Amino acid sequence: MRKSQNIEDMKTQTINNKQDVANKTERITGSEAIVKSLIAEGVDILYGYPGGAIMPVYDELYKFQDQIHHVLTRHEQGAAHAAQGYARISGKVGVAMATSGPGATNLITGIADAQIDSTPLVCITGQVFSHLLGSDAFQETDIVGISTPVTKWNCQVTKAEDIPQAIAKAFYIAKSGRPGPVLVDITKDAQVSELDFKYEKCKGVRSYYPIPKTNQKSVDAAAELINNAKKPLIVWGQGVILGQAEEELKAVIEKSGTPAAWTILGASALPTSHPLNVGMVGMHGNYAPNKLTNECDVLIAIGMRFDDRVTGSLDTYAKQAKIIHFDIDPAEIDKNVKTDVAVLGNSKESLAMLFDALNENTHESWLQEFKDLYDIEFEKVINDDINPTKEGLTMGEVLKQINIESKGNAAIVSDVGQHQMIACRYADFNVTKSNITSGGLGTMGFALPAAIGAKMAAPEREVVAIIGDGGYQMNIQELGTIFQQKAAVKIVVLNNEFLGMVRQWQQLFFDKRYASTEMTNPNFVAIAEGYYIKARKVTKRDELEDAVKEMMASKESYFLEVCVEKEDNVFPMIPSGASVSDIRLS
Amino acid sequence: MSEDIKTFTISVYTENNIGLLNRISAIFQRRHINIESLTTSQSEIDGVNRFVIVVNITETNAIKIVKQIEKQVETIRAYYHTDEETIFTESCMFKIKSELLFDEPQIQNIIKESDSNIVTVNKQFFVLEKSGRRHEIESLRRDLNVFGIMQFVRSGRIAVTKDEMKITEMLSAFNNQ
Ligand SMILES: Cc1ncc(C[n+]2csc(CCOP(=O)(O)OP(=O)(O)O)c2C)c(N)n1
Repeated sequence: MRKSQNIEDMKTQTINNKQDVANKTERITGSEAIVKSLIAEGVDILYGYPGGAIMPVYDELYKFQDQIHHVLTRHEQGAAHAAQGYARISGKVGVAMATSGPGATNLITGIADAQIDSTPLVCITGQVFSHLLGSDAFQETDIVGISTPVTKWNCQVTKAEDIPQAIAKAFYIAKSGRPGPVLVDITKDAQVSELDFKYEKCKGVRSYYPIPKTNQKSVDAAAELINNAKKPLIVWGQGVILGQAEEELKAVIEKSGTPAAWTILGASALPTSHPLNVGMVGMHGNYAPNKLTNECDVLIAIGMRFDDRVTGSLDTYAKQAKIIHFDIDPAEIDKNVKTDVAVLGNSKESLAMLFDALNENTHESWLQEFKDLYDIEFEKVINDDINPTKEGLTMGEVLKQINIESKGNAAIVSDVGQHQMIACRYADFNVTKSNITSGGLGTMGFALPAAIGAKMAAPEREVVAIIGDGGYQMNIQELGTIFQQKAAVKIVVLNNEFLGMVRQWQQLFFDKRYASTEMTNPNFVAIAEGYYIKARKVTKRDELEDAVKEMMASKESYFLEVCVEKEDNVFPMIPSGASVSDIRLS
Repeated sequence: MSEDIKTFTISVYTENNIGLLNRISAIFQRRHINIESLTTSQSEIDGVNRFVIVVNITETNAIKIVKQIEKQVETIRAYYHTDEETIFTESCMFKIKSELLFDEPQIQNIIKESDSNIVTVNKQFFVLEKSGRRHEIESLRRDLNVFGIMQFVRSGRIAVTKDEMKITEMLSAFNNQ
């Protein structure tokens, strides 16, 4: 069993090794070529699960275990999400591996999640011998066909000599331009036959233009709109993080004095405490940026895709405003919201160009409108969430306690549901890439394995998973991975004994008919302890501070169950299909 | 503000890749857009395929669809055009009993006037081939149907555009990078 402390050593080895792997040609098997290709791409950790059609590769992973660390998850879905967590916190490509048939199909949810959230993943699946393809062989499944709609690119390799090129292309495509998941399916005969191996990184694919050129004229047009705006509003998304444009974003915001709001996946690109950070947009976002979306005169969307959970009804979304859209993906322009000025390109470059063309400005009275609405939200919602006076514990006060202990430096990995919205609303973020959550797909079961990947990619960071009692049980088996890897993940289950978010909708829109949302839960502490993970359960307010302190001080993984109020609701809320300006506070 | 639905011919230049047809057709399927016809063949450039896809949609949707197609890694370039901007044709084949040629002299006139070719004749049947616009093919089919058609098949549209396609330039720019 390896320890995560060794990861740093492994990284250097990997880098050193990369040099000699790349330079000489040698006669090796396809499976060895797969492992050497991964090493040449700088992969230090991958997540997966073995089986018949991928066994030759596992045999090589065994031989190269001093250079590349394979993490055995407890389910292939866990492997995919762990690879996502790894990618999201590090900006590197996450790698997942599985056998053919059920192993490969178990990856699909994670791949779909990575596709909609633009996460760079390389998934390698074993496949039956090529002469058996199409014969309904044991554990044969058309994984290339199945994964096509949810991958950026995929391919099947049936010859050993095609392996290095396919893997090189996979890494290049996964991480370039708008990142995404790719899948390389490799038949068993390709794994066991030999090739002359020499690794060359892919530098381009002739049919693929990952980064469109930024047009100076459109930057100037955007700058002119912003320079003349009285009430500009920036809404940024994950494109800022993926483009490593956090500094450029901050500079643009500060120079133009523009209030700036974020989508769920944009969170943490600008510190929570920044005076121009006006909070989250979207269904459970903050009151001010949602309301004022329909009051601004220029809306500057940066690396976001106008998801329906952000816009509410499109017919009433920012109709009064000129719309500027910065994006790397031309297909996003005018997809949901018609833009007045589109600026294509990598956010780092396009924002730097914008910065040069902007006038220094301030918008004090406009900013005051945000502050006034924040005060209303504080009084009606936030105060009760984080400083509750009722008996039952709230999710918000747990987040507040975590903020105090982490000083805003933790990476928060949230699952899907009420606790996710609370985590994104109330977590303090000082550091970028710290809000790891399933945004576009809303995949329950994401957080526990994603937290493992995040912690292993960034062992120096505090990683806190915030999970509901429902989603926790969707991938609870990954406690085994945490234990085996000694991954020091902090797990907080906010237990309301309900599928809370669905229950909230049932309360609000289905006359409280709680159809199949009530959960009779097991003894979570005993389960964690069964995996030899330190565990504690909190049911009263006066125990909370001490428990969170103990958890955050722990050097090892720690499980904290907090029993919260059963029927609390998350507000503000834009009912689905309503306008952003119809956001409800209760 | 409802926009007119028009016939668009979408031309896609691609790498020759097995999975790509799946990827491209999925773009239409997900959006419930019926593909009127889809033809794929070699293009004017060696190793580069060309898809010709005909759909009836609004121009706004045509733009979105073309962007989604271009987003696929193995798509080199995609375009959409109206009927006025393309030169297009379809082709069809009829299999008809040979005895009719002699029993029904009108058939010979129909064939002559329809600008079609006889591909083969034997004792049992003859095969007629025609290419042209849809309405021409349809009118021929109606005319022949009176006498009985053993088999009929019509291809999808193939089209070339009146304006230039700069694919070769794009590809050589890549090679010179
Ligand atoms: C895999 C999956 N299945 C179903 C859903 C629908 N869904 C969204 S939130 C939610 C409830 C989540 O309950 P829980 O994990 O207990 O978190 P809470 O909302 O109570 O914080 C459900 C069922 C989903 N998002 N993902």
